[in-house]
Formats: sequence, structure tokens, C-alpha cells
Amino acid sequence: MPTVAAFITVDLPALVLAICACLACGLTGNFLVLRRQALVGDAMSHVVLPGIVVAWLVAGTIDSLAMMAGGLLAALLATGLIAAVRHLARLEAGAAMGVVFTAMFAIGVVLIERSAARDVHLDTTHALMGALELALWLGPTGWGDALAAKNLAALPREVVTLAAVALTTAALVALFFKELRLTTFDTGLATALGYRPRLVGGAVMAWTAIVAVAAFDAVGSILPIAMFICPAATARMLTDRLGRQIWASAAIAVLAAAGGYFAAAFAPLWTGGTASLNAAGMIAVVAGAMQVAAMLFAPRHGALARALARRRPVAAG
Amino acid sequence: MTPPPVTIVDSERPAPWAIAPDVPLALRGLTVAYRATPALWNVDWDAPAGAMSAIVGPNGAGKSTLLKSVLGLVPTLAGEVRVFGAPLAKARGDVAYVPQRNAVDWDFPASALDVVAMGLYGRIGWCRPVRRRHREAARARLAEVGMADLADRQIGELSGGQQQRVFIARALAQQARLVMLDEPFAGVDAATEHALVTVLRGLAATGVAVVAVHHDLATLADTFDHALLLNVRRIAAGPVSEVLTEEALQRAYGGRLAPTQLRALARAV
Amino acid sequence: MLARLADILLFQAGFNTAVVTAGTTLLGIAAGIVGIFVVLRRRALVADAVSHGTLPGVALAFLGAVALGMEGRSLPVLLTGAAVTGVLAVLTVQWIRDNTRLPEDAAIGTVLSVFFGVGVVLLSHIQTLPGGGQAGLETFLLGAAATMNRAEAVTIAVAAIVALAAVALLHKEFAVLAFDHDWAAARGWHTRLLDLALMALLVLVVIIGLKAVGLVLVIALVIVPPATARLWCGRIGPMTLLAGAFGGIAGWAGTAASALFADLPAGAVIVLVAAGMFGASLLVAPERGAFATLLRTARQRRALAARAMHEAG
Repeated sequence: MPTVAAFITVDLPALVLAICACLACGLTGNFLVLRRQALVGDAMSHVVLPGIVVAWLVAGTIDSLAMMAGGLLAALLATGLIAAVRHLARLEAGAAMGVVFTAMFAIGVVLIERSAARDVHLDTTHALMGALELALWLGPTGWGDALAAKNLAALPREVVTLAAVALTTAALVALFFKELRLTTFDTGLATALGYRPRLVGGAVMAWTAIVAVAAFDAVGSILPIAMFICPAATARMLTDRLGRQIWASAAIAVLAAAGGYFAAAFAPLWTGGTASLNAAGMIAVVAGAMQVAAMLFAPRHGALARALARRRPVAAG
Repeated sequence: MTPPPVTIVDSERPAPWAIAPDVPLALRGLTVAYRATPALWNVDWDAPAGAMSAIVGPNGAGKSTLLKSVLGLVPTLAGEVRVFGAPLAKARGDVAYVPQRNAVDWDFPASALDVVAMGLYGRIGWCRPVRRRHREAARARLAEVGMADLADRQIGELSGGQQQRVFIARALAQQARLVMLDEPFAGVDAATEHALVTVLRGLAATGVAVVAVHHDLATLADTFDHALLLNVRRIAAGPVSEVLTEEALQRAYGGRLAPTQLRALARAV
Repeated sequence: MLARLADILLFQAGFNTAVVTAGTTLLGIAAGIVGIFVVLRRRALVADAVSHGTLPGVALAFLGAVALGMEGRSLPVLLTGAAVTGVLAVLTVQWIRDNTRLPEDAAIGTVLSVFFGVGVVLLSHIQTLPGGGQAGLETFLLGAAATMNRAEAVTIAVAAIVALAAVALLHKEFAVLAFDHDWAAARGWHTRLLDLALMALLVLVVIIGLKAVGLVLVIALVIVPPATARLWCGRIGPMTLLAGAFGGIAGWAGTAASALFADLPAGAVIVLVAAGMFGASLLVAPERGAFATLLRTARQRRALAARAMHEAG
């Protein structure tokens, strides 16, 4: 095990980043999964890349707000393009998204490779896999002085941003729980009651883009897809009530983040390896493993329970 | 078909029916098109209060489109919709709607009580939570349709008739004066249909206008008081017995139903 | 530079470059033609699950080959591994869709991201092995057409020709499957078998696209040329040929451009060429292009509205 000082400097910020990223994605993902928009999370994670790179080129610094603005603009552009492609080329939503997000991701990759961005901060490997391990908290030497003002000010920028995004996500879900439930379940009634389902749907989309940008730094553009979908899908297997599903997805997200990080950082050392594994990837693996377990063994909706119920039609009827 | 006489004051025809606050639903010249294909053409209709009205017509006649345009879900190309004399935006609280069965995600994580409580959202307002008294009110509405025992069931676990009752209870919770239903009896058995009709009749008896898209011409006369026969255009409207003439049915369903079927239907009324 | 580009495009820039360009051109043609049926069958994003699903296979094949004392970087070995986990990804998506309450989109998202996560973990493990840093498996992420050797290009070309031959044999059946699956099933066709054949062809074009285009963007070759062809015509025969042509042009011109700029990932360039053709077609295609559609719809709706107003008095 690492020393306390090393843990606080290296592992703690990465762990907090992972937990915040998973929490923000996992909470948002509940509504993506229920709205049959799971792949919008996929598309958004890809399309924010050119926005982030352009924002970096324009602003010249790694400023979180500039990157979010860039990512949001790219997401807005992508939403418009996807609608236009669906309408004009009469493609199903999946194909239309595929056309737009591959093109925009390709633009992002070329921009990174042709600009100075890759020398300083961004490179394509980072864009794909993230760099959870790069956030360092330089300052505190032990638990005692971790809360000193000087050391709190030295918290890595990404940690602060992602923590804010995760807390805001939780607050938004709590505040708009009723609106999200209604517009997700019944667009017709929502319109009739004046709840503006298109506005809420657009807000879900925009928030997905913001979360994707915030998580991008820590976990890249492909692994957030796992965090958007797996916790919500796992919770979906376990409960039939929306409130419980959201709590469960939050718990699963935190568990996957912590479990994945420890498995990547420390398990190889215990088993005689020399270096740690990619933490973002391991978090996706842990989240996936939990989902597999839920899909197989969930008490009522798991494949096993379903197979047993089919065997006993009398008891089920 | 002769459209009902409409007094035209000028080409924008504002005045005469802005002042009909006792007509639950008034359509004037309603025209809706998807891209460039008309789905509803120049439809005039008044739905009566305290009665059960059916919207009937062949597939593609624009029945569901009519419902959607009344709910503001599709833009109108021309014409107007008035609910109790007011434009839709001002009358939203007066309209309740029961969606078509296959338009609902029955696997959605919501209990019967959750769904009924949604009917109260209009009065709760943005950002305010659903409180205990709202849930109690929703439970009372469920009891009115005989579903008090099943309040905490996930909606997918209910039978077809029970699911329809949940949505009717939701309409009750909305305290709407106009209730629109999209094919409420599709996929339920005869006994359930009878029970649902009893609930809806009770609703109409309190003065509510019940308007349903209906598919089955054979049961039309037993269930409904009024009908709007539609085939993109209005073919006929009025009391069911006056609407179901052989000639009107021929015009609505011509080529789709055999002449003998049409004659038998008209005679049955 | 322009002269060099012309040389590459005309296959005059040395035998090796010519073979590589020919290989990626054939890849583009095969991907476009297989893609038209994938898109019409509404399986576009299943392709995304397949392509991301290949990463753990590539890494496992490398580890397995090294453990057996073989050359880990051999393309056929790596692509065999890719094919195995790619197929596994398709089957997992189908299993989740058929056996749980989760819809297909959630299944696709789960499979593509979790398989990719497994691959990323394995890659980070390979990095720590002696010599693992030089394995070059990262090139499978975004493609490196310019660094392909002749044998690799020939492998790709042969596999592309096999895929084309299979479509030539089965195009009638695929067209019916894509157009009206239920009718085909009712006629007693083995639609499951046909679906599997189509998915097998999809896996084939995806894995041969890994080296040149990379797994993140290879689905663009399967989706974008067919989408472009759909803008130009409505009949499946000409649409298939056009999709192949657009795919071929993207592979051919994209490889040439990426050979000029060695630091550009080939995958991104090839995809941008395909996307450029799509964007231009979206605007100017005669029937379904944006300009034509806007003009036509506005005219028709104005006429309709005027008629409605007139009839209403």
C-alpha cells in the first residue's frame, strides 16, 4: 500500500474524480435509458471533442468554462445536424447519429493532431481513454492538514469542476424529479399540462453534453458511455420505482468508481505486478460486471428469475 | 355532406365563436398536414358537454391527428381549436387525455399511484414536489375507479382494463371538463369494456365531455351518444343514429367495407 | 506536394503505396456495400458495438501469441482475436435485447463501452510488459494506413473481395431481409441465418478496417457511404453500387491524403472524406437534398394552406 501522503497526493484526487464523474453520468443516465436515448450519451461523448479542442485553441488555456461552452456548442450543432440528417436522408435515429458523431469526432482528432494542443494537454490517447491518474493534489502531507485553506486551494482544477458538476446533477434531479418523470413517461400529458416536454428533453440533452465535457478530462470520451448507461441499466433490473432506481444507480456508480479505481491501482501490485492498470477502463469493467450480475440474478427481472417463472406457469399465473 | 353553417364576418373570422364558452371543444376549419400530405382537411365540429362522443373513420382518416392537434402535439396548418371558448394555451387545465395503449411504456418504473398523481402536476406547478396530500388525492381517485387495492403495483403488472382505469383515474385527478381518449377499448375484453364504459358514463353524467377515438362501428351506438365521422374531411357529425347512414358510411369507408357490411351497420343503428 | 498527391492517387508513388491504396479502396467499397444492408436493416449502431468490441480481442490475441512464443504483432493473429470478441459483442447485444427488459440501445451502449473498457485495461497491462510499449496496438484505435506493409494490405484486399463476393451471391436475400423481415420470415426464409450472415459480413469489414481506419471510426465507413447513396436514389440496386463507389472514393482519397501528412491518423482523414461527400450530397442532391426539399415542401404547404383557407371561406 502507498504511504498516507502518497495516497492523498495521487490516489485521493483520482478517486474523487472517478466518483464524481460516475455519479454525474450515472444520475443523468437514468433519464437517457428511460427515454430510449442511451446512444445519445454515446453520441454526445464523441461530439464534444471538436468543441473542446476549438475552445482550447480559441481560449488558449485549459479553462473549464470555455471547454464547457465549446462542448455545449458542439452538442447543439450535432443535435441540429442529426435532426436534419434524419429528416432529409430519412435515416433511422441510430444511423443519423452515427453519421454525425463519427464525422465530428474525426474533426476533433484531426484538430488535435494538427495543432499544438497535443503537445500541451490533449492527445488522442487521452481523448479516448482519459487520464484519471494525472490529477495530483500537491500540498497536504497527511490527513491532519488536508483541510487547511492553503491545501484546499491547491485542489486540482478538474476535481473542483467535476465535484461541482456532480453536485449540480444531483440537485437538478432532485429539483426537477417530477418534471423529468412526467416528460419521460408521457409527452402528451406533459404538453397538455404545460410542462414543455421539448424544453425538458433539450435540457436533458444539454446537461448530457455538459457532463460529457466535465468527465472527458478524467475518463476520455468512450468510457463515460459506460457510466451513462451501466448504473442506470443495472438499477433498472433491480427495481420498478423511479425514485429507488435513481438512488440505486447513484450507489452503483459510486461502487463502480471506487471498486474500479482500487482494482486498477492496487490489485496489480498485490498480485506481483509492477505498475497499475488503466483506472477508467477498470471502472467500466466493474460497472459492466455489476450489470451482468444484475441481468442474470436480479430477483424479479433477471434472466434466471424469468426462466424459473416460465418453468412454473401455474405459480406465476 | 353539408358543413354546418358558419357565419363568416370576415376572412379572419374571429368573433362568432370566441364567445362560446359552454362548448367543450370547437373546431373550425381545422387543417393539419404532415409535410405536404393533408391528414385533416377543413374540419368543423362541436363536441357536446355531458355526453360521450366518438371520432370514427377508417385507418388514416386523421382520428389520432385530431386528438393530437387538440392537445397541441402537432402544429395546425390552418383553422382553429377552441376549448370552452378559449384558445388551447389558455385551456390546458381543462383537457385530460388517455393515450393509446401501445403508446405507453408499460415497463416504466411507475406505480398506478404515481401515474394518477401525474394528473395533479398541472396544479402542483414547476419544481414543487409531490406531497402526501397529493398522493392521498390520487389514492381517492383510484378508489373511484375501483383500483384502491392496486395503487402500489407497477403499471406493467396490471391487466389491460386495470391499466385503462388508472389512466381514467388520472383524468379524474386532473378535474378536466374535456376528457380525450385514444382507442380506450382496443385490446380489452367485452366485460372490461363494459366496466370502462360505466366509469366513462358516470364521468359524462357529471357534465364532462368525453371524446374518444373509436374503431368498432358495431359497438358505436351502444356506447356513444354523438359521433364525428371522419375521412380526412368531416363526413358527418351529430347523434350516432343520424351519423350512421348508409350514404355517410359509404363515403367514409367506401372501398374498404363491402356494401353489405355497410348496409348491415346502418340498419343496426 | 500536389504532384505527390496525384502520384499516390494514380498509384504511381511506389509499389508499396499503390498496394496500400488499392487495399483501402477495396475496403471502402466492401464496407459501403455491406453497409447499405446494415443501415436498411436498422443495425447501424450494432456496428459500433462490434468495432469497439474488437479491442479486447486484439489485446488478448497479442497476449496469447506472446505467451505461445509467437510474433504478437502479426496482423492475421490480431484480427482473428478481433473477430472473436467482435462476434461476442454482437451476440451479447442480442442476448441482452432478447432476455432482459433493457432495450437494444442500452444493450449497444453497455457492450461497446464495457468491451472497450476491458480492452483499455488489457492495453495498459501490455504497456507494462517488457517490449509491450512497442506493440503498437494503439494504432488500432485510430488507424495507420500509411504504416501498413504489403502483406497486410493484401490480406485486407483479399478479405474485402471475399465480402464483395458474398454480397454478390446473397444481395437479393439481403434486400428482402432489410426491406421486409416479417414477410421473409413468413415465406419460410431462414431469416435468423441471413441475419447472422449479414452480421458476419459486418464483422469481416469491421476487422479489416481496424488497421486502416481504426476501431473508433470504422463504423463511419459502414454508415456514411450508404447514407450518402440514399440521398441520391431510392432503388436498392443503384443505391448499393453508389454506396460502394462512395466508400471506395473515401478509402482511396483518404489514404492518399493521410500518406501526405504522416502525423494525421488515417481513420480520421478517410472518415472526413466520406463525411464531406455526405455533406455536399445533403445540400444539393436533386430529390432529397436540403435545398430541393425546402423549396418543394414550402411550395406545397403554401398551396395547401391557401386551398384550406379558400374552401373554408
